Amino acid sequence: MKVLVPVKRVIDYNVKVRVKADGSGVDLANVKMSMNPFDEIAVEQAIRLKEAGTADEVVVVSIGVKQSQETLRNALAMGADRAILVVAADDVHTDIEPLAVAKILKAVVDEEQPGLVLAGKQAIDNDMNATGQMLSALLGWPQATFASELAVDGDTATVTREVDGGLQTIKVKMPAIVTVDLRLNEPRYASLPNIMKAKKKPLEEKTAADYGVDVSPRLQIVGTSEPAERAAGIKVGSIDELVEKLKEAGAV
Amino acid sequence: MAVLLIAEVNGGALNVDATAKALTAAKALGDVTVLCASEGCADAATAAAALDGVGKVLCADAAEYGHDLAEPVADLIVSLAGDYDHIVAPSTAASKNILPRVAAMLDVMVISEVTAVIDADTFERPIYAGNAIQTVKSADAKKVATIRTSTFDAAGEGGSATIENIAAAGNAGLSEWVEDKVATSDRPELTSAGVVVSGGRGVGSEDDFKLIETLADKLGAAVGASRAAVDSGYAPNDWQVGQTGKVVAPDLYVAVGISGAIQHLAGMKDSKIIVAINKDEEAPIFQVADYGLVADLFDAVPELTSKLG
Ligand SMILES: Cc1cc2nc3c(=O)[nH]c(=O)nc-3n(C[C@H](O)[C@H](O)[C@H](O)COP(=O)(O)OP(=O)(O)OC[C@H]3O[C@@H](n4cnc5c(N)ncnc54)[C@H](O)[C@@H]3O)c2cc1C
Ligand SMILES: Nc1ncnc2c1ncn2[C@@H]1O[C@H](COP(=O)(O)O)[C@@H](O)[C@H]1O
Repeated sequence: MKVLVPVKRVIDYNVKVRVKADGSGVDLANVKMSMNPFDEIAVEQAIRLKEAGTADEVVVVSIGVKQSQETLRNALAMGADRAILVVAADDVHTDIEPLAVAKILKAVVDEEQPGLVLAGKQAIDNDMNATGQMLSALLGWPQATFASELAVDGDTATVTREVDGGLQTIKVKMPAIVTVDLRLNEPRYASLPNIMKAKKKPLEEKTAADYGVDVSPRLQIVGTSEPAERAAGIKVGSIDELVEKLKEAGAV
Repeated sequence: MAVLLIAEVNGGALNVDATAKALTAAKALGDVTVLCASEGCADAATAAAALDGVGKVLCADAAEYGHDLAEPVADLIVSLAGDYDHIVAPSTAASKNILPRVAAMLDVMVISEVTAVIDADTFERPIYAGNAIQTVKSADAKKVATIRTSTFDAAGEGGSATIENIAAAGNAGLSEWVEDKVATSDRPELTSAGVVVSGGRGVGSEDDFKLIETLADKLGAAVGASRAAVDSGYAPNDWQVGQTGKVVAPDLYVAVGISGAIQHLAGMKDSKIIVAINKDEEAPIFQVADYGLVADLFDAVPELTSKLG
C-alpha cells in the first residue's frame, strides 16, 4: 500500500506572529518556517506503517511556494520515499485555501492511487481544519479525523478519534483519509546522515495548472488586525489577597 | 436569507448551550431553520423549537445519524442545501468533522470558527492561534461556516417553532461506529462553564491533578488542562484548552502550573477574569492574568481551596 501525506510549510510554532501595520496580513518575510506540526505526526505515522510492513511507499506532497521544497526535504529526511511539489503561488504571503488544496490533492490521488492519505488535523497558520475532510468529500472516500490511534487491518482502518466528550472509535473502509491529532505519536528527528540521503531522493515539481486546478481564493481577505489586548493585571502577594480581589470583582 | 443551523445533538439530547450560541450568529444572517439529525431526535427537536428565533425545526431520525459519522450526515445536509443561503453550526468536534465535507460537496469554501458576523457575506475569524483576526468576504453562492461559540451569547428560550420530520438521506456505509469512550461527570461542561480551573505540566502527576479537581469542585467549575498535562497523562484529551483543543471564555479562568504558551492562550485569553498560579514569575501566563500569584502550587492550591466559601 502507498501512503500519501500532504505537508504544509507554515510559520514555526514558536515564532511570535506580527500583523502588518497596514492590515494586509501577517508578516512572513524572514521568519522561521517549518513543517506544520500535525504533518510531522502524519509523516511519522506513515513511516511507522512502512516499518511495520503495512505500507510499501510513503509519498509526501506540498502545495504552495517553491520554498516548500525545504519542507518536503525535511519529510524525506524523516524517512519518506518521494516528494511532489506543486507550485501554486510565488509570494510567501499567498495561502492556498483548503478547497483548492483538496482539489490538487484529489488530482494527485487520482494519479498516485494511494491506499491511505494521512493529513494533519489543522494547519497552525490559517487554523482551518478542513483540507482532509474536503479531500474525502471530493474523492467520495470515508474520513476519520482527529486520530489519536490508527490500526490498519487489510482493507479497513480502525481509528480512535479525539472528540468533545472523550474518544470515539470508528472503522473505515480503505482507501480512506485520516487526519491526525497530537496524541497519535511523537515524530522522530531526522538524523544528519538521513538529511544527506534525503537530498538525493526524488522530488518532482509540478504546478497547479498541470492539474488544471484554479487556486483563486473564494474568501477575499478584507483585512487582518491584532486581537484586542488585555488590560495589564496585577500580582497578588498571598492567597488572602487573591481571595479578597476575587470577592471584590464578584468572581467568587 | 435562509439559514440552516445544524444543531449539536449528543445521544438524542440537544446541546442547548452550543446550539443557542450558534443561533445568535445565525439570526444575524437571516431566517433560521434548525436541523436535528440523530437517532431518536424528538426531544432534541422539541428543545430546539423552544429557542427564541427559530422558524422551523427539521428532525431527521435515523440510526445512521446516531454517532455523528461525517459521511451520512454530510449527505443529509447536502440534500437540504438547495433551500438555504447559509449552512452554519457551532464549532464542535462533530461539526468541524462534518461541515468542511459539506462545503466541498457544494464546491464552496468553509469558513471555520467565525467570531463575528459583519454582514451576510463577511465574517471575522482568528488565525495563527488567535494572534491575528482576519476579516473575510465570501464570493461563494452558499456560505458554510462553523461558529465559535465562546464569542456569542446564547439565544434565549420562548420560541415555538414548528417541527417537521424529514426522511433520512441514506447511508453509503463508508464508515462504521465502534464505540465511544465518554466520561460522565457531575461537573459543568468545559465550553459552557462559568468558571474553569486548568492544570498544566507543573501539576506533575495524575494523582496530583486531584488538587485541581478539588479546587474546581469548590468553585462549581469545569476542569481544563494544557496540552502538556494531557500528553503526560495527567488529564484526559477532552480537557485540553487551546488552539487545537477547546476554546473557553468563562467569567473566571484559573491557570495552575501552566506557562502560557500561545497555543494555550488561544483557548482562554477571552476569559473575563484570569488568575494564574505559577512558581516562575517570568511565566508568560502572567502577561494575560488579571491576578497573578507567584507561588508553589502545592501550597497555594490547597490554601485557596480551603479559603474559598
Ligand atoms: C501544533 C501544536 C498545538 C498545540 N496545541 C495546544 C493546545 O491546544 N493547548 C495547549 O495548552 N498547548 C498546546 N500546545 C503546546 C504548547 O506549545 C505548550 O507546550 C503547552 O501549552 C505547555 O503546557 P504547560 O504550560 O502545562 O507546560 P510547561 O510549559 O512545561 O509549563 C509548566 C509550568 O508550570 C510551572 N510549575 C512547575 N512546577 C510548579 C509548581 N510546583 N508550582 C507552580 N508552578 C509550577 C512552571 O514554572 C511552568 O511555567 C500545542 C503545541 C503545538 C506544537
Ligand atoms: N498547502 C498545503 N500543502 C500540503 N498540505 C496541505 C496544505 N494545506 C493543507 N494541507 C494539509 O491539510 C491539513 C489541514 O490543513 P487546514 O485544512 O488548512 O487546516 C494540513 O495539516 C496538511 O496535512
